[in-house]
Amino acid sequence: MTEPTEASVRAEVRAWLEANWNPDLGLVEWRERLCDAGWAAAHWPKRWYGRDLPVKFNAAIDEEFARIGAITAARAGIRTLAALTILAHGTDFHKEKFLKRILTGEDTWCQLFSEPGSGSDMAGAVTRADRRGNRWVVNGQKVWTTSAHKANWGLLLARVDWDSAKHKGLGYFILDMKQPGVQVHPLRQMNHHASFNQVFMTDAMVEPELMLGEPGEGWKIATTTLMNERRNADGLRSTASSAPREGRIYDEERAEIATTMAPYTWYPQRAGRTDLVMSRVRETGKLDDPVIRQEIGRLLVLSKSAEWTALRARAALAQGKAPGPEGSLGKLVASHVARQAARVHTYLSGTDALLSGADGAMDGLIAEILVSVPAVSIAGGTDEIQRNIIAERVLGMPREPSVDTAKPFRDVPRNLAAT
Amino acid sequence: MRFSFTAEQDEFRATLRRAFAARSPTTEVRRLMATEAGYERDAWDRLNSELGLTAVAIPEAYGGAGFGAGELCIVLEEMGRSLLCAPYFATAAMAATVIQKAGTEAEKRELLPMLASGKSTATLAYTGAGPSLEAVGAGVVATRSGTGWRLSGAVSPVLDGLTADLLVVAASGAVGAGLSLFTIQGKPAGLTRQPLRTMDETRKFARLVLDRVEARPLGEIGGAGEAVAATLRELYAYLANEMVGGAERLREDALAYVKMRMQFGRSIASFQATKHKAADMLVDVELAKSAAYCAAAAIDEADPEAPALASLAKAAACDAYLQTAIHAVQMHGGIGFTWDNDTHLWFKRAKSSEVLFGDANAHRELLVRQWKA
Ligand SMILES: Cc1cc2nc3c(=O)[nH]c(=O)nc-3n(C[C@H](O)[C@H](O)[C@H](O)COP(=O)(O)OP(=O)(O)OC[C@H]3O[C@@H](n4cnc5c(N)ncnc54)[C@H](O)[C@@H]3O)c2cc1C
Repeated sequence: MTEPTEASVRAEVRAWLEANWNPDLGLVEWRERLCDAGWAAAHWPKRWYGRDLPVKFNAAIDEEFARIGAITAARAGIRTLAALTILAHGTDFHKEKFLKRILTGEDTWCQLFSEPGSGSDMAGAVTRADRRGNRWVVNGQKVWTTSAHKANWGLLLARVDWDSAKHKGLGYFILDMKQPGVQVHPLRQMNHHASFNQVFMTDAMVEPELMLGEPGEGWKIATTTLMNERRNADGLRSTASSAPREGRIYDEERAEIATTMAPYTWYPQRAGRTDLVMSRVRETGKLDDPVIRQEIGRLLVLSKSAEWTALRARAALAQGKAPGPEGSLGKLVASHVARQAARVHTYLSGTDALLSGADGAMDGLIAEILVSVPAVSIAGGTDEIQRNIIAERVLGMPREPSVDTAKPFRDVPRNLAAT
Repeated sequence: MRFSFTAEQDEFRATLRRAFAARSPTTEVRRLMATEAGYERDAWDRLNSELGLTAVAIPEAYGGAGFGAGELCIVLEEMGRSLLCAPYFATAAMAATVIQKAGTEAEKRELLPMLASGKSTATLAYTGAGPSLEAVGAGVVATRSGTGWRLSGAVSPVLDGLTADLLVVAASGAVGAGLSLFTIQGKPAGLTRQPLRTMDETRKFARLVLDRVEARPLGEIGGAGEAVAATLRELYAYLANEMVGGAERLREDALAYVKMRMQFGRSIASFQATKHKAADMLVDVELAKSAAYCAAAAIDEADPEAPALASLAKAAACDAYLQTAIHAVQMHGGIGFTWDNDTHLWFKRAKSSEVLFGDANAHRELLVRQWKA
């Protein structure tokens, strides 16, 4: 067989879609057909609903789907991270049990990594998994868990061995979220949204076959999940479609999107909404204020150069070059942009910034920016941790001497009470 | 005194700090901020019957305690520290000041004792975002009606405008171009008070809509401009003092938290990144305190530089409070972004204080304009 090219892949998917796409099918029914045909995740192995195609063709495939308004496999939320982790570390049993229902969207997943006592130091998790008979019994608490209240399954990092060193004593489990030992409570944020949950596990059970890898390999496996998260994997990407979107399948998809995206409505605001600045400056009539012009200028310089730095990194990747330092800066720079944008919005709104909801500027959107921006420099690794990573891994500066990685974890000083 | 407090003042502050710690724990702040009024009359009455707080800076001749801006600023700083929910700033700083500056002797004798005793709460209702005086009376028009006056228009946002017993309202269009002040008491016909949703829920604002509301002049019709300007200039200093109280509390709480929190097997306070932040916060807050104290003392000394110093203090407080709040959330990590953690209460207060009475840019501008002369 000849090597596939973009043109040949496009032709193939187009022909298949023309023969099979049917908006009157149910969402799950359609996605099952995608799985059977290997178009659910074309870059996955043939055996697991894919076609072993290089990942670089995904964009073209998505375009073909979008062209006729065909719906793709489910991708949003943690489910894609779960799938990639299972593909990399799971057994055939795991793949059989979980992958298809991930792609069809029947199962929702969540990630149980961060704990009240371990955030920056995620490997310092103290949720424990103990063997009782041949099952695992889990006790502890997780936080910042998106969609935990909806999830069927959780990716769980828990300590199985307290005598090993920090990174060596963890296990990676697939936790059945719908059991009495798992309690989920919403976690309200300072911006009034409750996009996350706290998850309390009290003698929650995990069947022995639902551990990924071996006891002690938990951190290694979690790294796969986190790496994919950082890459944003297939994540929340979507390709805009201009095809008409009417029919039962679209209604089902819209409902799915609405549920999945509900926790994220404030995410654009936390990034600072630089896009609104120029229209706000016109609305508020403050373009004549030289101080405000300076602040806006500062924001534009920052946000544009940040954008272009990201594009430089992407271009290098596309050319197959080794990643340069520009690729490691985005997370930290996003915090700078968000803060400066919040400053500008504050200056532009003046006393209107005092008010929120329907009484506030832009129906409260501006106030929401101001109270959401602080998340950017914390979520997904704090600014301080980003700086450590840049200094130590990119710039090769000496690492902080470690005080906790060489000794048995039970001897490591840690937060007393989980609050 | 600009650079130190007297023993009596220190004692006063210590008393207040104890009292507010007991009366205004954050559980109480959270309970009150969820109410529409934002405070409770009982607690307000006790604040005044037991501590005599609105009386502090009102002269004895008008039922006050006769202390000065220095003492008022001590109260405000301690209230900013504890986020005490009460219409104190509106009553004791805004209304009491403007009545003293604009009222006739008879008006002062009538109105100030009600405020001093705490029997009435009050506020100053005026339009205009920042330190610019041009727009102050813009929203409201006063017209003659027989022997009296009627006000029409709308003012927003008015601090504690929903609950204030006495409204001092700035209006234009009475006589010539001059600004006039009027007082409205109780619930006259034609007055609608609409609560506004605030970003900082510990500070309540309302919109007042006036439809031919009967009002009494305060001071001379058309002649209130200078009194209002002088009042606003003092308010910058008063707010700056409230702000440094909040900033210091945030700084201290963040410091206590990082000393307790462990990551990577060690205290996060042992990371140099944390230490540098904590040190910078101390610098910011101490400098802003110095500026706020100086501005307060200048008012008591009737120093002609007082307005410039007030703007200096407000600019310093805006930057210091906001930066301290940003650092404080950051030092708490994820928990600092949650509703249940208290840091956001002060973060939002920092934000609301930043834009109230003009932001740092506006006050730097005022400062330089005054000092270049
Ligand atoms: C909006 C939001 C969304 C989130 N979403 C998720 C999610 O989807 N999944 C998930 O698992 N987690 C999530 N988190 C949790 C987030 O990853 C953690 O909050 C973050 O990593 C910080 O950890 P922490 O909260 O334990 O703070 P800590 O680690 O206790 O940090 C406190 C302070 O100490 C500093 N610090 C810690 N270590 C060092 C060091 N070595 N050197 C210098 N300074 C240090 C930090 O920078 C911070 O300023 C989310 C958090 C937020 C706020």
